[in-house]
Amino acid sequence: MKKKLSLILSLVLTCSLMLTGCGKSNGNSDNSGDNQLYVYNWGEYIDPEVIDMFEEETGIKVIYNEFEQNEDMYPIIKTGAVNYDVVCPSDYMIEKMISEDMLYELNYDNIPNIANIDETYLKSAEGFDPGNKYSVPYCWGTVGILYNKTMVDEPITSWGALFDEKYSGKILMMDSVRDAYMIALTYLGYDLNSTDEAQIDEATDLLKSQYPLIQAYVIDQVRDKMIGNEAALGVIYSGEAIYTQRENPDLEYVVPEEGSNVWIDGWVIPKNAKNKENAEAWINFMCREDIALLNFEYITYSTPNAAARELIEDEDIKNSEIAFPDASILSRCKTYNYLGEDMDTLYLNKFNEVKY
Amino acid sequence: MSNENPLRNEIVTEEKKTKKKKDSASTLGKSKTLLATPYGLWMAAFIIIPLILVLYYGLTDGNGNFTLDNLSLIANPINRKALWLSLKLSLISTAICLLLAYPLALVLKSMKLKDNSFIVMVVILPMWMNFLLRTIAWQNILEKNGVINTILEALHLPALNIINTPTAIVLGMVYNFLPFMILPIYNTLAKIDDNVINAARDLGANGWVTFKRVIFPLSMPGVISGITMVFVPSLTTFAISTILGGSKIVLIGNIIEQQFQKLGNWNTGSGLSIVLMIFILVSMTLVAKYDKDSEGTNAW
Repeated sequence: MKKKLSLILSLVLTCSLMLTGCGKSNGNSDNSGDNQLYVYNWGEYIDPEVIDMFEEETGIKVIYNEFEQNEDMYPIIKTGAVNYDVVCPSDYMIEKMISEDMLYELNYDNIPNIANIDETYLKSAEGFDPGNKYSVPYCWGTVGILYNKTMVDEPITSWGALFDEKYSGKILMMDSVRDAYMIALTYLGYDLNSTDEAQIDEATDLLKSQYPLIQAYVIDQVRDKMIGNEAALGVIYSGEAIYTQRENPDLEYVVPEEGSNVWIDGWVIPKNAKNKENAEAWINFMCREDIALLNFEYITYSTPNAAARELIEDEDIKNSEIAFPDASILSRCKTYNYLGEDMDTLYLNKFNEVKY
Repeated sequence: MSNENPLRNEIVTEEKKTKKKKDSASTLGKSKTLLATPYGLWMAAFIIIPLILVLYYGLTDGNGNFTLDNLSLIANPINRKALWLSLKLSLISTAICLLLAYPLALVLKSMKLKDNSFIVMVVILPMWMNFLLRTIAWQNILEKNGVINTILEALHLPALNIINTPTAIVLGMVYNFLPFMILPIYNTLAKIDDNVINAARDLGANGWVTFKRVIFPLSMPGVISGITMVFVPSLTTFAISTILGGSKIVLIGNIIEQQFQKLGNWNTGSGLSIVLMIFILVSMTLVAKYDKDSEGTNAW
């Protein structure tokens, strides 16, 4: 229905543009034919040089756009507003798109560089994409606590620190529903993909008790606030942690002992793609070790590319616990599953309840 | 309009007459309609059709069947509280804006500057910067280790802790929307003929009575449009509450944003938007009711 309506809307818009005499005949909806590739990726999630290199080597013209969060990207792909050829959503979103039959199966004959990807991550990715049929991991990371060594009494090892009255007013909590509940559920010893309402209620109560202790709910701002010594503890994605440590050496990152979320963003090809083979060439290019290395050095998010990791020259980074946590840490972490629309709504409503 | 110099009206009519002589009367009418088409199309494409879409989504469920469930979502305790809090905060900030803007507009009028572009500049200049940028700047000013607190600390004064509270949100609203209150009030005040005020003084009215019986009633259209232009964006904002409230405070704008952005549920989001539009319409009608002398059209 949404699709139909937006079609009508775009038709009306095109008509009105043509009536006023400045209409280009449906310019951006028609992207077939030429040797093009429409890429839709997270913001700040690639070394811009890589795009130029790809264009130069393959002769394919890249039209590159960025999104802020999975939820911004989804309606664009769903309604077919723009026919992107290759997109980079997160695990649970990939699962949702697979369940709605929105993705093409990949032809691995065109992606030989998949051999560079570490088996471990392909296995993790099976949690949301069984058989790795639809997606190729691009970046991954964990969610953990970033703390300021000068502002806490002891090394932080548990999510419990975020619920400790001692740190009242010095805690930055994640303003994302799933991450906030992941913390509460994991701390209570439940599954982070819980659909049990009693468990969710218990987690809600815990988050409610945490509310007065919290300075602010943030996502991206946690970086600047922690660097600026605004707070003692913050919840952060591992990829950002390396950057903040460079800026402020007092900061330390830890994946709490109770476990956490490990997330994987992967390349997928939506069903409304017009240049599937170009998209596969892109994915293959992204898996090449030198390209993965360039990207890793630019965005500092962990790469699943084993060959690229071997190429890292800085030993500290190569063996960084943050970028490449060892198996014992990873075994405590789980990916998110798509829980369905009703569960999404339930979680969001409960989280709003927390804030009152 | 009644304040306008009749002489000028004469000149305008004269101009029109000469124009009419050049073009034939019918082509003028026709070209006027033609001139209006771009705006008509613009309005249809970007105001009327989106409104119809909002109504459509708000009154249907996911399968396109008619329902009022989306509207009744406002009765949900959290949404009700969010709406209530939004109303409260936007009323407070509208009142503060009015209290700040009116005296300022009076002062500006009394300055009788021949070239008032300077004043307009001072009021409008901050608006040249993106509003998000200005709000983020306020965040940096108010933060625990922000500009204000660093200065207070250096002076050994107690720290100011208003970031991430409703106070900070009201501050952000007042700062961002104050120009929308000053400009319309100043414009109506500037248009008041000095002879009218002098007449009032001549007839024995003192300063206060002149203000109460003459100046204030004449400035009502500006006040009304100022109130509208501050109240509506304050009621619907979600950016200010996110940035200055640290996401700890959820306003109705945030709830609607979540429906679209986080849940992708256009139906509930539109339903709540319709409720909010109804609230705005009702409050604006109430405000306009007090404005008996207003010419109606320019208040909106």
